[in-house]
Amino acid sequence: MKQSLFAILVAILPFIGYSQDCDNVLAGQVIDYHSKTPLENATILVINNQLEVKTDLKGKFKIENLCTASYQLQVSHPSCTTIVQEVQVDGVTWVDIKLEHHLEELDEVKVVGDIIKDKTNSAQEETLALGAIESYSSGSLGDALRDLGGVSSLNTGSNIVKPAIHGLNGSRVLILNDGVRMQDMEWGDEHAPNIDINAAGSVSVIKGASALQYGGDAIGGTIVMDLARVPLKDTLYGKTIINGMTNGRGGSVASSLTRAFGNGWFVKVQGNYKRLGDQEAPDYILSNTGVKEVAASLQLGKQQFTWGWDARYSYFNTEIAILRASHIGNVDDLIRSINSGEPEIVRPFTYDLQNPRQEVTHHLGKLKVYKRFEGLGKWNMQYDFQNNRRFEFDVRRGEQNDRASIDLELTTHTLNTDFKWDAKEQLQLHIGLLGRYQDNFANPATGVRRLIPDYEKLDFGGFLIGEYRVNDELLLDGGLRYDFTQIDAQKFYQTSRWEERGYDVVFQDLIVEDRGTQLLVNPVFDYHNVSVTLGANYAPTLDTEIKFNYALAQRAPNPSELFSDGLHHSAARIELGDLLIDSETSHKLMLSYQKDFNAWGVALEPYANWVQNFILLEPTSVEFTIRGAFPVWEYRQTDARLLGVDFSAYSNWTSQWKTDHQFSVVKGADRNRNTALINIPAADLRNKLTYSRPDWKDFEASLESQYVFRQNEVPDNIVVFSPEQQQEVLLEINTPPEAYHLLTFRSKMEFAISKKTKLTTSVAVNNLLNTNYREYLNRQRFFADDLGRNFLLQLKFNY
Amino acid sequence: MKTVNIFSILFLATLLVTGCSEDDNTPEEVNEEETITTLIITLTPAGGGTAITLQSQDLDGDGPNAPVETVSGNLSTSTTYSGSVVVLNETETPAEDITEEVEEEAEEHQFFYVPTGNIAGITYSDQDSDGNPIGIEFELTTGAAGAATLTATLRHEPKKPNDGTLADAGGETDATATFDLTVE
Repeated sequence: MKQSLFAILVAILPFIGYSQDCDNVLAGQVIDYHSKTPLENATILVINNQLEVKTDLKGKFKIENLCTASYQLQVSHPSCTTIVQEVQVDGVTWVDIKLEHHLEELDEVKVVGDIIKDKTNSAQEETLALGAIESYSSGSLGDALRDLGGVSSLNTGSNIVKPAIHGLNGSRVLILNDGVRMQDMEWGDEHAPNIDINAAGSVSVIKGASALQYGGDAIGGTIVMDLARVPLKDTLYGKTIINGMTNGRGGSVASSLTRAFGNGWFVKVQGNYKRLGDQEAPDYILSNTGVKEVAASLQLGKQQFTWGWDARYSYFNTEIAILRASHIGNVDDLIRSINSGEPEIVRPFTYDLQNPRQEVTHHLGKLKVYKRFEGLGKWNMQYDFQNNRRFEFDVRRGEQNDRASIDLELTTHTLNTDFKWDAKEQLQLHIGLLGRYQDNFANPATGVRRLIPDYEKLDFGGFLIGEYRVNDELLLDGGLRYDFTQIDAQKFYQTSRWEERGYDVVFQDLIVEDRGTQLLVNPVFDYHNVSVTLGANYAPTLDTEIKFNYALAQRAPNPSELFSDGLHHSAARIELGDLLIDSETSHKLMLSYQKDFNAWGVALEPYANWVQNFILLEPTSVEFTIRGAFPVWEYRQTDARLLGVDFSAYSNWTSQWKTDHQFSVVKGADRNRNTALINIPAADLRNKLTYSRPDWKDFEASLESQYVFRQNEVPDNIVVFSPEQQQEVLLEINTPPEAYHLLTFRSKMEFAISKKTKLTTSVAVNNLLNTNYREYLNRQRFFADDLGRNFLLQLKFNY
Repeated sequence: MKTVNIFSILFLATLLVTGCSEDDNTPEEVNEEETITTLIITLTPAGGGTAITLQSQDLDGDGPNAPVETVSGNLSTSTTYSGSVVVLNETETPAEDITEEVEEEAEEHQFFYVPTGNIAGITYSDQDSDGNPIGIEFELTTGAAGAATLTATLRHEPKKPNDGTLADAGGETDATATFDLTVE
């Protein structure tokens, strides 16, 4: 709303009666009906005398020399319904013109997705628009989001990218895919979101738990992926993006087609296919790093101002090969890999996806209905169904090699409803309820003890959010949410593990059956979580914005944190959950200051996050098995503190030259042990120089430099006994890699092929200097260098 | 509009009913199928006599208990023993002999023996189809009286041929055990 890109046409049709005094003044303000935000820079045209005025920054206008009469004002707007308002002008008359301004349903703006509303009033929030998303068409959601300040990722190679916000990832980052909270086993470090980025119209990142309508447990933040809006008019359009790249010797094709009608009906189909072979580091082939991805979706519905519905089904399937050299046997193999500095297995290039690999399929079905009640607000009701099936294949002996080691099926049903009461101009209330049922099935046919057990989970939640406009400059918000979670698991523990964990003292009553070497237990745990948010948005002038937000969030432990138990072959580590783990509680303070000058602007966003009972997974010791010694990674809880700041600035030096600058840093501390937290991203500095010439077929070229500092704050390494060396050795499992610097070049041009067809070509080079580097937050940093130079060519057709 | 609403409700109801109809059954117990729990080396003196067995057993697999090593007796000085190794999965009943799988995939496996102390030498007595050693059968010769250790390691997908050291062979360790021995 602040952007106020609205053109307003006011036609004043004077009533009959010319002979009266015609020195009256009509003044007024054009505002948004719901938020009372002024709509600036509007053109007001009086049709009969061709009088034209514009509203100022505060939406105000003044028309002089009117007669004492009744006038009819016609107000229209590209994304609002045209209204006709009658005004009696007598002397100096004031009129408030209120426009319906519901962008989400009523959008006749020609460029779809270029106006993105903020999801929250006062939280730190950033959005990737369609153009940025399209440039990552052959990448993943995590790759694209890393462009935003304060967003990093936890990678397993380059194909598995888990977004991290302000240093936190996994279950602490909620992902909303077209209003549906993704339930895709986000608990695992090597589980990336099952989302096709090509389906997105915009992606917003809320850097904290302030968007309570989506969930109360977003201690890291919330990623909201919205689809491009479908215009309310009779139209047929589509888009095809073809990507080719040298590193991986493959590419992708993404296509979409939309048919819309003026009466609100629409249908949209969209699909994406991606195929890459082995990728390459500067010095060697990263054997077994290919990927295959297929995604498709179908959406149809009817959208009108007063009511509407839409149904969507999306399918996502990905098969990802995992670096062969990262599959190791025991701690000696790990020591050897870390010391050797290069992968043990380098084979010739291939497109084959061999073990270790993972194959994940995600089905998502959604049905949403909304109705707007005049003078009250808008009611939504949504049901969604998700099915996530994950296979992980390890290097196994003989026929076992074709058998998955992990085979999990997660099924989720969610029903939620909410009502947004926006009839009052100064106060908006949003209330909602949610119910969710989830079932996880761990297939015993793997012949490997389950890492994650069978469980059923129930969630119930309710929230109330309010926004109160104090005056034109100040907007306050607050919210409250309650969530109940029950998890009911059925799990086999090895008797020896049960006793070693001390569960025979605390949880003996959970045992259902004793099978000798294994125990069947049935833990049923309840969690009651409360989240609160309070904030203020102060905008003294149109180019200055100061935001403050406090969020209290609680998150129930995920199944991995509770139940993990066993050898994780792909990581060569024994991972142990803890049944005693309780919810974590976060208090996060966020401040943002943003100021725009004529040719430049800055944004400074400091934050502090105190997390009580912070759940973390870190190496603690070594256990001996007949396969050798394995590092034990245990979940534990501590009090953590994360302090950080995101800074960004831009400057338009001339109309052609522009620079962008970004710096993010976060410090994580374990306050109980006075050590650093594990897996906190290193400080990151980006500078970008862009040259653009719209007159040369929209030519644009940019060179970006990214400098990633060394993460100097890491937990201590551990000392392990090496059976091969028959002595204690230091396992450098926490030693961070060196700092690195990467250059990226991008350029693009647009060509109109015909009236309705446009071709955009772009060429990009990642890691321009073919730099050898390893990233601290890449789990494969022990085994191989990161990706080398990559040339990308993209052709985009809009039709 | 009315028909659309009825359709929506039906659609919703169908999804809910089909989704929730799965039965809540007791999960099936999984026993690790390819875990090696036990490694047994039998050393038979060439001139006849009592065979000596070295055993490493870890019945809880990747559980917290460490493997237990036992040696049935002492070795004699300057004696050649013909050795053989067996790897078992004893979590299954009857125990599964994994040595058979190793033999079937001999090109992808190799046992490595690293002695210290008074063991004079170890030589392989078997070959895979490429002529490289497997190590299921071997010969061990003792030296003078004193202490010795023997580390046996089964590697999956090692480099073959290799120079006989673990470092050169690479691959993943499937089983490893170190035995403390006395030569007398």
